[in-house]
Amino acid sequence: MGKIEWAMWANEQALAAGLILLTGGIVGVAGQFRDWEFAAYGVAAGVFICFLEYPRGMRNKGTSVERTGQYCLTVCVKAFGPVTRNYYVRAGLHAALCVPGAFILPTVLGCVCLAIASIIYLVAAIRGEQWLPILPKKTEKRVEMGKSIAYPPQNPPPRPPPELRRKRAEDLEGAAYVNPIAVTANE
Amino acid sequence: MGNFAANEGLSIFVILVWLGINVFLFVHYYLAFLTDNFYYTGVILGHALSWARAPAACLNFNCMLILLPVCRNLLSFLRGSIQHCSRTAARQLDRNLTFHKLVAYMIAFHTAIHIIAHLFNFERFMGAQLDSNTTVSFVLSQIGNGDNRSFLNPIRTSDTNPTYVMFTTIAGLTGVVITLALILITTSSMEVIRRSYFEVFWYTHHLFIIFFIGLVIHGVGRIVRGQTSESLNEHKPELCAKYYQTWGKNGTFCPVPNFAGNPPGTWKWVVGPMFLYLCERLVRFYRSQQKVVITKVVMHPSKTLELQMKRKGFRMEVGQYVFLQCPSVSQLEWHPFTLTSAPEEDQFSVHIRIVGDWTQGLYEACGGDKPGFQEAWKLPKMGVDGPFGTASEDVFQYEVVMLVGAGIGVTPFASILKSVWYKHVHENTKVFTKKIYFYWLCPETQAFEWFADLLQSLEGQMQEKGMTDFLSYNIYLTRWKETEAAHFTVHHEAENDPITGLKQMTRYGKPNWDNEFKAIGNNHPGSKVGVFLCGPTVLGKALEKQCHTHSQSNVDFIFNKENF
Repeated sequence: MGKIEWAMWANEQALAAGLILLTGGIVGVAGQFRDWEFAAYGVAAGVFICFLEYPRGMRNKGTSVERTGQYCLTVCVKAFGPVTRNYYVRAGLHAALCVPGAFILPTVLGCVCLAIASIIYLVAAIRGEQWLPILPKKTEKRVEMGKSIAYPPQNPPPRPPPELRRKRAEDLEGAAYVNPIAVTANE
Repeated sequence: MGNFAANEGLSIFVILVWLGINVFLFVHYYLAFLTDNFYYTGVILGHALSWARAPAACLNFNCMLILLPVCRNLLSFLRGSIQHCSRTAARQLDRNLTFHKLVAYMIAFHTAIHIIAHLFNFERFMGAQLDSNTTVSFVLSQIGNGDNRSFLNPIRTSDTNPTYVMFTTIAGLTGVVITLALILITTSSMEVIRRSYFEVFWYTHHLFIIFFIGLVIHGVGRIVRGQTSESLNEHKPELCAKYYQTWGKNGTFCPVPNFAGNPPGTWKWVVGPMFLYLCERLVRFYRSQQKVVITKVVMHPSKTLELQMKRKGFRMEVGQYVFLQCPSVSQLEWHPFTLTSAPEEDQFSVHIRIVGDWTQGLYEACGGDKPGFQEAWKLPKMGVDGPFGTASEDVFQYEVVMLVGAGIGVTPFASILKSVWYKHVHENTKVFTKKIYFYWLCPETQAFEWFADLLQSLEGQMQEKGMTDFLSYNIYLTRWKETEAAHFTVHHEAENDPITGLKQMTRYGKPNWDNEFKAIGNNHPGSKVGVFLCGPTVLGKALEKQCHTHSQSNVDFIFNKENF
């Protein structure tokens, strides 16, 4: 277990907790339960947590896999700087956010899941991990393979035609490059 | 168009039957809780009771199913027996992990419905206790106040709240515990976590033990109450319901109704699979205790470790895999590896790529980082479970075979090719397979090294026997560096390939599958061609499409994919 980046798992758990909190909140509000105000809080907190946790952070080792369409949220989350980068802050935030969920039944599950996510984030923070955004790299546009290539290349990668490959003694002027040492014909 | 039916038909059928059973159970149990004995329960809860009990039945069914696809020893045994009857049916058992995940998703889905319905149930039961004393709900809730046995409403007083009640009932508490276990199992099984941090996935997955124990205990409290049959004889709801103000009072003909809970039923569904899974783990443990000796350790380039081992009574087929355990690296971890040796050899071997914690630990335990000769007794003790069968076992049942391996995915085919060599060259037994087309896609040149030896010997042997037609192999180098390119161009005219030293020249880039399939189809009209792949999903999809496209009336391409 030595090389696990706990933040990756904490992120999955927190996102799940946000969704559960949101669902519980919707049930509480739509069903007009007693103390539905807590359910309304659950909806708001759930949405906020989902937005915060949707963009995955960059991994220290290995390739980082983005979630679909996470780029806009990455930019927003990145804008908050150290508040979102530091996992101690996230652990504390989730611990605080989960408390009001404990008051009514529909949001209790979301509350407990969020508390667990908070604990895993705390472990991640103690191990010195932090959230870094996954930003698209500036790559050159790859050349599109032409549709006319029907067979894989039979020859190795191309090389210049024979005339330019080597200087010929008869035609020193016509060669493609200049030699520091004079070229002599074979004996 | 394609032989879609041949490739996918049985899978679709199994899925449809499974979904059908789910739907049937859901509807059946939904209606079962709308009967007379649940009339009064329904007065308080409405349809929320049915919405909770229907997914509960489906959960019973799916929790029964989920343990079965992961009993790999049982599946291997089944596969061996079924193979004699039907190749297609045997191939279904290769998709056990996919089925396990499908059932898991269904469990999560039904759990969600079940919990949401119970949220409404708790709310309505609480509401009944808090109602004014002129409503039928309130009157119903007071039943059983004296003897605490015949009650309907599990919330016995108005001086509490649903959250408190949930944590103080068996059903509520076990419900929370098993749901948490399920959520933790789910989040740690996400592909990102599973592929990168296998240990977290594996250890957290063992929470399923808590899940099943909690599941069986979940109904012990008998919290779902219906009217008893004796009570129904004396008190018929359709006649007496409106006289709720005067039940049991002198001069009325409606006594107070009595209620009782249903006995817990989940254990009947899951006890069988739990027992089978326990047997499975015992078999694995027994196999791990058998003595395994490492006879040879070879370190290949591109961080590939080869281990040759012996175990008493070990028998394998081509392309099977084993689970390896090294107690000195980790007591609890078992990792799957394809066998690269042939059944005809007297020892078995695996080629392991060093990518993570465990493989690195194994490499060091075998003395890979120490120079020079290692004493035999210094090599670590190993546990081996298996071998288990996968799709490659079917290779020799096809007349024409296409083998496609990407990178390290060539390992099951190493076993097949070695077996081919032994069969044809040494023992000359009659082999059904007449032609093998072998494709190896590789991104780096060093990876050729250990496999090139095998191909070279095969090449030589086939030439001696005049059987050069039997095996046609194509190696594709999909990536190269500038410096390597220079080397290739200089040696381009050489008789043997500059990379592999084989007579068959290495090709560059990726194969044009359309042309390959067309050519093979034209060469072998009227036959079934087995296509076997061990490689990335993207390539699998491309090949599957090619199989469907090129399967016409006279030639059938049947696709098989290895998966871990």
